[in-house]
Amino acid sequence: MVSGCRSTWKVPMASETKVAIKNLYKIFGKDPAGMINHVQNGISKKELLEQYGSVLALNDVNIDIPARNIQVIMGLSGSGKSTLIRHVNRLIEPTSGEIIVDGQNVLGMSKTELREFRRHTASMVFQRFALLPHHTIVDNVSYGLTVQKVPKQEAAERSQQWIDRVGLTGYEKHFPSQLSGGMQQRVGLARALATDAEILLMDEAFSALDPLIRTDMQDVLLGLQEELHKTFSLSLTILMRHCASVKI
Amino acid sequence: MRDLKKYIDISFKDFSRTYGDGIETFFDPLLYFLVWFEKLLINAPWPLIILVIAILAWIGSRSWLVVAGTICSFLVIGYFGMWKDTMSTLAIISVSTLLCISVGIPIGILMSRSDRLQSMVTPVLDVMQTIPSFVYLIPVVMLLGIGKVPGLIAVCIYAIPPIVRLTNLGIRLVDKEVLEAAESFGASYNQKLFGVQIPLALPNIFAGVNQTIMMALAMVVIASMIGVKGLGVPVLRAVSNQYLALGLLNGLAIVALAIIFDRISQSFGKRLQKHLESAHGV
Repeated sequence: MVSGCRSTWKVPMASETKVAIKNLYKIFGKDPAGMINHVQNGISKKELLEQYGSVLALNDVNIDIPARNIQVIMGLSGSGKSTLIRHVNRLIEPTSGEIIVDGQNVLGMSKTELREFRRHTASMVFQRFALLPHHTIVDNVSYGLTVQKVPKQEAAERSQQWIDRVGLTGYEKHFPSQLSGGMQQRVGLARALATDAEILLMDEAFSALDPLIRTDMQDVLLGLQEELHKTFSLSLTILMRHCASVKI
Repeated sequence: MRDLKKYIDISFKDFSRTYGDGIETFFDPLLYFLVWFEKLLINAPWPLIILVIAILAWIGSRSWLVVAGTICSFLVIGYFGMWKDTMSTLAIISVSTLLCISVGIPIGILMSRSDRLQSMVTPVLDVMQTIPSFVYLIPVVMLLGIGKVPGLIAVCIYAIPPIVRLTNLGIRLVDKEVLEAAESFGASYNQKLFGVQIPLALPNIFAGVNQTIMMALAMVVIASMIGVKGLGVPVLRAVSNQYLALGLLNGLAIVALAIIFDRISQSFGKRLQKHLESAHGV
């Protein structure tokens, strides 16, 4: 359970807040709304599980994430990191709380608004890659653009840039299963970057990779972050990894 | 108890008297299509039919062995004078398979969307698969009389469950993480369904189509009891007159059709999964 966590890492040149998470609670179980009172009255995670069979995943999380920066959320396995990050683009609905991106409440968005938000503002890289196995690499990278109905030609050109950038030139027509884990995750990264979204959510993106490749990927990512910093004024990265491997 | 039976009989009779004609008219387009297709198959010159089937076999399987086997079996069928019956069977199998696919896949998709619908449809499918086919022949014949359409419906009742089940299963088995990824990029309902779920469920859906064809073939003999022409008729005659050779030959023709359909549809289904081939580290 990520709990009572305040933003621990304020950037020196305090820039504007990109993502603000306020009083976020998430309870998994039968009657989450009813459980929230118990939690606010100070019931422990263990008691909640024993007495009501509900799992407290997020307990009053407050984070202000500044723009153009890397925010790391650390925690042990099962502590709710993935759950938290999925709240930012609402893949998981919170039990209560607020998520404000660019001053707009994500939780207040209609289905269409949310789709647009996911298409243009926040893209995501997954722990186990989650590539589309039936699409080639180039089609995987351009998936976000296909969803946005960007014309084919343009989508192909834009994704080609990212394929080149992550060093997968020549593998365009391959299928994900033909690539190694490290290469697959580079496809996942390229796919997330290709939409030009300002927020990049990375859910333990490198934890499935071996240490050498992981270091390599971290360098790729840091390089990209610096570069995009110049290119896109609002480039923000939320980076999530196991604490053991944090080196950045 | 007897009253109950009588009541059911009488009320169904009334129902079929009142609505029988209407329902029959409803199925008329299907009948016309089936008759047209059957005539087309029977009247077309046999080399043309064999050529078309061989091409279909090639498109489906990409294997010369399957194509050669297909051509041989059709030549033998023709040689033993079973061509016309085989064509009739081919027609009803094709039409009933098409009907099952066009009805079954949407039902399977809907079922995969809602657990409630799944728990309602599953027992119906169980009944359709296990109830002795003669039992539902009775109401079908009462309603629509004897002929092609009731035969078609009887075949479909028996053959549709696998396609529904496997479409449902295939979509439910699609990797949740891939689906989540699609969602995280803002894919709409249709983009997820047609871009991710159905393509990834295709191998299972094809297994369903394959099973549906097999079960439709298995119903050929029973359907012939209510007036469906085809290989089932001579088999039925052979059974009642103890003509061993006649029964055997026509039975083997059904087997040949089954094997051809099976190989073609299976290898087609396998080729759809080409992304699974030459996987990394395999």
